Parts: sequence; C-alpha cells; structure tokens
Amino acid sequence: MANLALHNLTKSYGNTEVLHGISLAVDDGEFVVFVGPSGCGKSTTLRMIAGLEETTSGIIEIGGREVNNLEPKERDIAMVFQNYAIYPHMSVKKNIAFGLRSSKMPKPDKEKRILDVAGILDMVDLLERKPSQLSGGQRQRVAIGRAMVRDPAVFLFDEPLSNLDAQLRTQMRLEIKKLHQRVGNTIIFVTHDQVEAMTMADRIVIMKDGHIQQVGTPEEVFHRPANTFVAGFIGAPSMNLLPGQLDAGGITLAGGRIVPHPLQAPASDVLLGVRPDDLHPDEANPILSGKVTVREPLGSETLIYVETPSGEVIAKADGRTPPQVGETVNLGAAMENLHVFDAQTQQALT
Amino acid sequence: MVATPDIPRASSAALLSSKPDKRPPNMGQIIRWLLLFIGGVLMIMPIAYMISTSLKWPHEVYNVNLIPEEPTIENYTYVLEDGRFYMWFVNSIIIATITTISNLLFDSLVGYTLCKFRFPGRTIIFIAILSTLMIPTEMLVIPWYLMSQSFGWLDSYWGIMFPGMMTAFGTFLMKQFFESVPDDFIEAARIDGLNELQIWWTVAMPLVKPALAALAIFVFLGNWTAFLWPLIVTNSVDMYTIPVGLSGFGDEADVAWELIMTGAAISTIPTLIVFLIFQRFIIRGVVMAGLKG
Ligand SMILES: Nc1ncnc2c1ncn2[C@@H]1O[C@H](COP(=O)(O)OP(=O)(O)OP(=O)(O)O)[C@@H](O)[C@H]1O
Ligand SMILES: [Mg+2]
Repeated sequence: MANLALHNLTKSYGNTEVLHGISLAVDDGEFVVFVGPSGCGKSTTLRMIAGLEETTSGIIEIGGREVNNLEPKERDIAMVFQNYAIYPHMSVKKNIAFGLRSSKMPKPDKEKRILDVAGILDMVDLLERKPSQLSGGQRQRVAIGRAMVRDPAVFLFDEPLSNLDAQLRTQMRLEIKKLHQRVGNTIIFVTHDQVEAMTMADRIVIMKDGHIQQVGTPEEVFHRPANTFVAGFIGAPSMNLLPGQLDAGGITLAGGRIVPHPLQAPASDVLLGVRPDDLHPDEANPILSGKVTVREPLGSETLIYVETPSGEVIAKADGRTPPQVGETVNLGAAMENLHVFDAQTQQALT
Repeated sequence: MVATPDIPRASSAALLSSKPDKRPPNMGQIIRWLLLFIGGVLMIMPIAYMISTSLKWPHEVYNVNLIPEEPTIENYTYVLEDGRFYMWFVNSIIIATITTISNLLFDSLVGYTLCKFRFPGRTIIFIAILSTLMIPTEMLVIPWYLMSQSFGWLDSYWGIMFPGMMTAFGTFLMKQFFESVPDDFIEAARIDGLNELQIWWTVAMPLVKPALAALAIFVFLGNWTAFLWPLIVTNSVDMYTIPVGLSGFGDEADVAWELIMTGAAISTIPTLIVFLIFQRFIIRGVVMAGLKG
C-alpha cells in the first residue's frame, strides 16, 4: 500500500494538449474518485498512472518512488477496465490466477490467495466457470478479483460499473466500498456519474477539459463548490444560477429584487447560486417569485419549475400540498445556502 | 470476423421461420434455387468424375458415363502399391504441414504487430505487404527460381516451401481479426506483467482461433494442391509433391487418367481431415464472451 502523487502532469496527442498540468496528492488507503464530463481526461490520467500511456511532462510518484519510466507491471498497480477485460478462453480461476503469473509466490500460497480472493468476492462456487457462463455483475467481480490477488499498492478503476444495469450498479458500488474498507488499498476510481462519486469517495476530483476544477470531500464539493462548473455538475437537479449585481446592500437580481447578503466584496456582476433542494415556497422572506410551469412529483417532495425574471428556476415543494401549475409562488432560501460566484471568472466568492 | 459467425444464426432463423410459411414459392425464389442447384451440380461434377474415373478400366476412361460399366479397385491397389505415390504423399504432408504452421505463427505475429502497435512506417509496411497480393505467382516463379539456384535450394524441401512460409493474404486476414481483440485485454495483460510475446501467445492468439483455423485450412489446401512452383523447383522424382507426381503418371506416350484420378481421390483425404479438424474452431462468440454482455 502506498500514497500516490501527481506533479504537474500534462499529456499531448500530437500538438493537442489534453491534460494541462494535473497535480494531486493521494494518501495511503484513500478512495479518490475522478469525475467529470466525457472527454475531460479522466481515463487519460488513469492510464498515465497505470503506465499504459506515456506522460508528456510531469512526475508520477507511487509510494514515494518516481514511476514515470517504469513498465506497468513494475508500478505495483492493478487496473479494472470498463469492459472487464477478463479472458473468455480461461476459467474464472485461471483469470484470477492470471494476476499472479509474474509473482514469485510459491504455488500453494498462490492457491490460497486465489481462494481468499474468491471468498471475499463470494465467487468460490464459480471458479471453474467460463466468463460466458457468468452474469455481468459476476464478470465484473472476476475482473476485480484479478486485480485484488496481487494486493497492489494502488487500484485503478476506469468506469467499472457503467456497463451494469442500475440496480446492479448500486449493489456493486456498495461492494466496492466495502471491499475498500476491508482491504484498505489506495483506490483511484474514474466515473462520469456524480452519484457514484458522491457515494463512494473519500475525496472527489472534479475535472473539466483537462483541468482539475476542485478536489475535496463529497461534503466540500457539494456545499462549497469552487466554481460554477462544480456547482452545476455535482447535485441533481443542478444548482440554479441567477445573474445579479453585488453591492453593499446585497445582490440585486433581474427584476430589481434585492437579496440581502453579508458578502464583503467590491461591487461587481455575480451569479447567485441556490440548489433546488434549498429553494422552497416561502411567503416570509422571498428572494424570487414567478409562475409554476411544470410539476414533477417525486413522492415525498415535488419539483416545481418556476418562471421568474431571472429565468426558469427549479425549487422543491412539499409532496402533499404542492402549488398548482399556473399559480404564482414566492421562493425563499436560508442565507447559508446561498452561493455567490464571480460572473466573470466563475469562481466562488463565498 | 463479424460476418462469419453470423451465418449459422441467420440461416437457422430462416429455417425456423420458413416452417409455418405456407405461401407458394415466388419467381425470385425459384430462380435462386435454380441458380444454387446449377452451382451445386457444377461443383460436384468434377469430383464425381474424379471418383468415377478412378474406378474405371483404362479402356473405359474416355467414355463419359458417370457409372463405370465394370467398376474396379485395381487402380487403387496399383497406386497404393507404387512406392512413388507413397513418397510424394509424404513429401506433400511434410511441406503442407510445415508451411501451415509457419503461416499460423508468422502471419499472426506480423498481423498482430501491424494491428496493435503504433510505430513509424507501419502503414507503408502494411501497404507493401498487401501490394504483393497483386503479383501473380506466374510472375514470381522466375525470381524465386534464380534465388533458389544461387542459394542452392533447388530440389529440396526448403526450396519448395520458402515462397509460402508467410503470405500477404494470411497477414492481412490476421490483422483484420486482431482488430476484434479489444485493447483492454492487451493492456490488462500488460499490467498483469506479461511481456509482449506472452501477450500475443496467451491472450491474443486464443481469441482469434477461428481465424487461425480458417487460415490453416487455406494454407494447407493451397500448398497441398500447389503445382507450378513445386514442378519448377524439383528435378528428382523423390522430391515431387503429389500434384507434380500425379501429372507425370503413366508412360511418356499415354497419360494414365484413371491412375491420376485415383491419386487425386486419395489425396483429397488429408484435406478433408484438415478441414474437419479445423472447422470445429470456427465457432462464433469466442471474443465477446469476456466483454460486456
Ligand atoms: N489516442 C488519442 N489520440 C488523440 N486524442 C486522444 C486520444 N485518446 C484520448 N484523446 C483525447 O483526450 C481527451 C481526454 O480523453 P479521455 O479518454 O481521457 O476522456 P474521459 O474523461 O475518460 O472521457 P469518458 O468519460 O468519455 O471516458 C479527449 O478529448 C480525447 O479526444
Ligand atoms: Mg474514459
């Protein structure tokens, strides 16, 4: 087991730079999730850590040792692929044993290790089967097993759950998390699903266009997004962003309504962010008002889409007595749930 | 890759669905059947005549009836007891087997390299290999002969085999099939610590077994029936392959067709065996099983 450090990593394909200086320190035993939209460079970063892709510049350290010039097998990592990549012509047992091929462990120890892993993954009965006789979830478990037998310093997962159906995904998510608590290896997990990121990670790395946008615990990135991209990316439905002007009295929104805010900053154009979860019908201290255009009942709550002078916003209303479509509602939010971003730089001011 | 495995599935589906179909066959279908029937007859006829002729006495050979008037197995006894045929048979087996193994190994090595590695000059090499497909054997035999002569390869196994130890067609076929092996498999093996040769052998090769089987059949048949080059490069009767030997059966004045056909009939047996062995491997769905459903 070991920590992992990336120092100013860049990657170019030909003349196009796709990663622009990624720096990150991952502690021993930490579960870090890379999340971001398609094409942002998550897989590329992971593959560079694995040694499958050359680094254009920058340094990768695993366990305090620079690994830039080491072959994948010398880096003490294991990787689980989106397509599982378990060999169809080998039994489950052979597949798992494959991870130990180059290890110098004596044969009985290898056997034991394979059985241990199969036990942890609940696959002892499946060892003699061929991959074609397994379900999707079981195949993915074999892939994880093959990575686990080697007890690598760092596990790398590239969207391992995205080929599974929703229910199985939830289940495997939990299993991987439990597995991590049990074996304790450092894990780097790539996904573009923010729910996966939020539920599994010790820390989330949010990427966009080859840049890291924010690194933080799930709570931090949710409650204190560093910029409008993170604010919009994490959380569903997305945070409402309302254009306004900041001055000493507060934030003036379109339509002239002033939202009091204690922020001390020079007068400027800002975006006021408020999550639908935090925006409710509120007659006492409204910050917005408008007509309800659509209702989406979720059972205990109802999402309402409201046409306001600042554009359409989404808010959450009570599930039992939601406002009617066409009704005019006043919406309010607690001061501590308001986020303010610089309209120019998109960076958080709060 | 994709087309081959789909054929059995499609035709079995067609068979199933044709059962409850009571409509009378339409014109298009009739024409199709007719064409297939003619094609079938055209293909079967030479084989039927080969067997029929091998069962005839010499005086009946130029008689076109398919059923011999007085069938005899005299020709078979003669050919099998003739030491020369046995020798040519062994020569052919050795040559076809070694060339087949060589093609399976080297065509797939080169195909794999061209498919899975990016290196400067890769496209040029591929095009160069492909372009040799466009030169007919008839044009190549002269340089081959000169080459064999200067290296002292004339009238030897190696002389017969060397032009076919690797083929552009096989390389192309294998390259296309390796495209169907996902890179993830190869990268996973790389992380698991295999070197590139081990990855090719333990991971990639088992996944293209159907292609290897098809290639084995092609190459074996091609070398088994090769005539022009073995004829040119061999001088002594000892070195002849079956086709070369058979063509000279009989005496100078008179070609003994019944013996040639007998030899030909016997020599189809190994090709049938090769086909039966390898076609088992041409089964669908080997690669996909390890990937997402
Ligand atoms: N071999 C390559 N040649 C050129 N550009 C590439 C290559 N591989 C990736 N890229 C580019 O690098 C960028 C990052 O790709 P990457 O695969 O890392 O994205 P990702 O974040 O994993 O996306 P996804 O969620 O779709 O998997 C993309 O813009 C992609 O087009
Ligand atoms: Mg990716």
